[in-house]
Order: sequence, then structure tokens, then C-alpha cells
Amino acid sequence: MRVWSLLKFYTVLVYTFMFAPIMVVLVLAFNSSQFGGFPIEGFSLRWFYALAENDAIIRALRTSVMLGLLTALIATTLGILASVALVRYQFRGKQWITTFLISPVLVPETVLAVGLLIFMRWLHMPRSFALLLIGHSIIALPFVVLVVQARLIGIRKDYEEAARSLGASPLQTFFQITLPLLLPAVFAGALFAFTISFDNITATIFWRPAGMETVPTQIFGMLRNSVSPEINALGFVMICITVGVPLLAGGLARYFSRKKI
Amino acid sequence: MARVQLVDLRKTFGAVQAVSRANVVFEEGSFTTLLGPSGCGKTTILRMVSGLETPTSGDILIGDKRINDVPIHKRNLGLVFQNYALFPHRTIGENIAFGLKYRDVPKEDVARKIKESLDIVRLPGVEDRYPSQLSGGQQQRIALARAIVIEPDVLLLDEPLSALDANLREDMRVELKAIQDRIGVTSIFVTHDQSEALAMSDKIIVMSAGQVEQIGTPEEVYNRPASAFVARFLGASNLLDAQVVGRDKNHVVLETPEFGKTAVPLSHAATLGQAERAKLMIRAEKLTLGPKGNSGAEAVVETVDYQGQLARYFLRVGDTQMQAMNMIDEKPFLAGETVSLSLNPNACSALPEDKQE
Repeated sequence: MRVWSLLKFYTVLVYTFMFAPIMVVLVLAFNSSQFGGFPIEGFSLRWFYALAENDAIIRALRTSVMLGLLTALIATTLGILASVALVRYQFRGKQWITTFLISPVLVPETVLAVGLLIFMRWLHMPRSFALLLIGHSIIALPFVVLVVQARLIGIRKDYEEAARSLGASPLQTFFQITLPLLLPAVFAGALFAFTISFDNITATIFWRPAGMETVPTQIFGMLRNSVSPEINALGFVMICITVGVPLLAGGLARYFSRKKI
Repeated sequence: MARVQLVDLRKTFGAVQAVSRANVVFEEGSFTTLLGPSGCGKTTILRMVSGLETPTSGDILIGDKRINDVPIHKRNLGLVFQNYALFPHRTIGENIAFGLKYRDVPKEDVARKIKESLDIVRLPGVEDRYPSQLSGGQQQRIALARAIVIEPDVLLLDEPLSALDANLREDMRVELKAIQDRIGVTSIFVTHDQSEALAMSDKIIVMSAGQVEQIGTPEEVYNRPASAFVARFLGASNLLDAQVVGRDKNHVVLETPEFGKTAVPLSHAATLGQAERAKLMIRAEKLTLGPKGNSGAEAVVETVDYQGQLARYFLRVGDTQMQAMNMIDEKPFLAGETVSLSLNPNACSALPEDKQE
């Protein structure tokens, strides 16, 4: 009995340790004090207003959202194509290509970042939004491939063969049968890609062109001066986006699947 | 509707010969079964006809047209799978209408055709349901409706009954055959179940290890098997080592240690050729037990498998194990009893020995 209560206590401690910093940010975002720390002087939304009026932050947010959406679009499209090739077709060097596609997860991000930078230098291409987009897509691609591949393996080939026998061309079969059946995984993959891009800081610092900031690099820049209470408010917004978007999506997916059956 | 012809059709997977030189004609409007154990190449043949697999060599003709290079979606075939393969994200109506979309069927005809096909498979009014809301048997009917609504030249059935439970399977088999009779489409049916094959087929093609062993009506393959493999695969049979001791105009005389000389009609020895050694084949139900002292070989009953109106006896004649299936007259013979065993020579076959032996 005592062992169990000890275990419970310990578990609570571990979770507290993990979530306390996040809770601190969430709570302090509403602190009316001039300084971004304890003690709490009163409840206020002033830092959120300050945030909304800060052009640099709004610009960074816009960049991040745009980057995240485009990354999701590119990584998901490439990920679907790669998964279909890897699961449905036999060709030489398949194992190598799988490893190659997954490798961005395994390589330290700094190494990947420097590598891509050197490569672009060699091509005489300056750092740009496009470079950032390519880089983020590379980082997000493995997650999309893993999720979509897992789902595709579970979809029996019979469906596609039945569609083909009924007169659908390979392309029609893909859009009428395979893609709709893959949709939950495609959706999950796109969300992954978006949040990965939205959160990324290490590689972004290497790749962003001069003068361009994403939300994480903006926060990082602001921290160099002081822990401004605005950062807490911005942290609150980021947590809401990265946690809220998948939750909302999951809820919507459940709602639609229930409606259908 | 059309006749299907395989000419020297061959398929290898790496070093494995999946189908070797199949020459088969599926007559127009007939129901032909490809029968054999798993891995015998029957499914590979079906997949080659459907276009899901490319032949290594040889030709496939539908009607008079060689279709080797016609892609699957232009072959106009109906395909029914073991696992139904109904599109789970579409309603029954949409599933059935799927093939019509690619055939320029006017909109007002689509609804009518869906309704007609549902009537044929006797499941009217389920258009708006989803496949997951139907039972296995119902789903297989829908799969059949989806395959026949496009009026295919050939209907290909890949073990369509195997996923159903036993009672349903027998009902479905009667119904499937009735539907095929009614619409008269050339059908190729793949199964490993001998009773399905015997009950449904106009013609059975027995296959083993990529080879066609025998082509014939159900009655022919059952009563006059061409090889020891066919005899063993269909029904319960006894195969005894025999010596060919004589031939005349109408008979081949085989001698076995168990039954002495047996004169087998030539029509039951078609594949024997001039071999000197042979297998004497007797169906279990053609071997009759009698009380000790009657004419015939003396045998000891080892096990009795009582089945109500029938009993299946496992016997020993000398050193040879045999089995017999007899109607029970009053009461069955008992284990340990010595009986006399007689056979009707006209119900025996003389078969060549297995190639591998």
C-alpha cells in the first residue's frame, strides 16, 4: 500500500516538474506587474494589448503562420507521394530511400542547418524565405511520411484493385479511393508539419534572412534584453496555437466521422 | 460476355514458377472453377486475366482480342474479392454506381441500374447505407452487384465465399450460381473448397504447383481423376500400389496385394499410357464392408467415425491403411471387428504413379 502511495506521489512530482514552467508562463501572462516575474500584483490583459500593438511581433507571427502553412502544404504533398511510392511499389534501393527520407529526424538539427546553409552558399543562393521554407519542409517531411505510411499499410490493396477493375485509371483511383481513405493521416501529418515549423528555433536561426523573424526567434531576441511581461503573453498565445490547433482538428474530425455513420 | 482463352500462359516470381504453360478455354457463358490448394497458381491466373498481374509469357484472349497489353481499367471485367473490398467511405449506392461513372451511363439510368442490381442480389433499398452497416453476407452481395452492374465481359470471383461462415456459405453458393445462370456471364471462380467447386461449376480446372492437373466437368474430375493428386484432393480416396498385368480392348488389369486382380475399364485409365506400375484408386464410398466370410479382402476395422446415416471406417488390410464410407444398415461395424471388403471394378480408376515418386 505504502509503495503505491509513494509511486503516486512521485508521479505527481514528475508531472509538476514538467508542467510547472508552462503553468508559470500561462499565469504570469495575466500579471499586471511591470516585470515579467513574481510576485503577482493583479489581473490584467495589458500585455496582450501591448502585444497586439507591437509591429515586430505581429510581423513575426504573420511570418510564422505563413511559413507553417506552406511547410504543411509542401511536406504533406511530398510525404503522400513518397508514402505511396514506398508502400505500393517495388523498386530497387527502396530501403535506402526510406532511410534517407527519415534521416532529418536522426541528424542533429544544427548539423542539418549548417549543411543546408553551406549547400545554398555553394549554389550562390542568398538566405531567403524560400530557404527557410525548404529547410522546414525537410525537417517536417519524416513525420508526415511516418504517419501516412503507417495508415497506407493498413489500407488493403483490394480497394484500389476493385476501383481499377471498375474502370478508374490509376490517377482517378488515387483521388477517388486512396486519398479519401488516407485523409485522417494526411490531416495529422499536416498538423505535425505545421506545429514543427511553428515551434522551430535552432535551424531557423541559421536559415532566416537578415531582418526576418519568426515568433520563436523574436522571443529569443527579446529575451536578450530582459524578461519582458510581453513575452509571457506571447508564450500564452503560442501555447494556445500549438495545443489548440490539434485539439480543434481532432474534435472536428470526430464530429464529421460521427455524422457520417 | 465473351469466351476467355489462355495460350501457353506462364508466370514466374523470381525463381518460383507460379503458373507454367496453362492452356485453357473458358467457354462463353460458362461457370468455370479453378480449384487447388493454396499456392497452386489459381489466384495468379485470375489476377493475370484481370490485369492485376502481368504474364511472364503467353497470351490471354477475351473474345478474339489479345488483352495482355490492355490496362486493367479498360478490360471491362467484374471482380469480386474474398474481403468484399467495398469502398468504406461511400454508400452502397455510390459503391454500385462507381463503375457506371466511367461508362457514360446517363444520369437517369444510373439510379435504375442500381435498383435493378440490388434486386438481383435480393437486397433492395440499402442504397443509402454504408458498407460497415451490413453483415458479411450482405456486403458480398453488394460486391457482386457492383461487379455485374457494369455488364462485364467476364466475371472473376476470387474465393468470394471463404470469408463467410459455414451455413451462409452454402446458401450464398446456391444463390451465386442462380444469379450467374440468370445473367449468363462468363465466370471464373477461384476456390480451394472442393464442395463449392463440385456444386457450382460447369467445368473444373484442378491445379497443383502451377500445373493444370485436369480439366473436366465436376462428374469427370470426381469419378475419373486424371492423376493421383486429383484423386487425393477431391473426396476421400484410397490409392493402392499396383502392377499392370494385362490389357485388352476394354480393360486394364491391375494386380494389388490387397485385392488380387482387378479389371478397370479403359475409360477410367485414360492417363495411364503404357506404364507397368500404376495406382489403383477406389473412392471411400465405393468400398463396401460386409460381414466376415463374404467375398473380398479381409480387413480389420481400426476406427469408426459415426456420422448418423453414414459411418466412416478406417481399416487395415494387411499392412495397408484404407478408408471406407458406407450407409449404415441397422447398426455400424465396430472397431476391432474383422470384416470383408469388396470393391466394384467399374468404380475404380487406374492412375499413373506420382511424378515425384
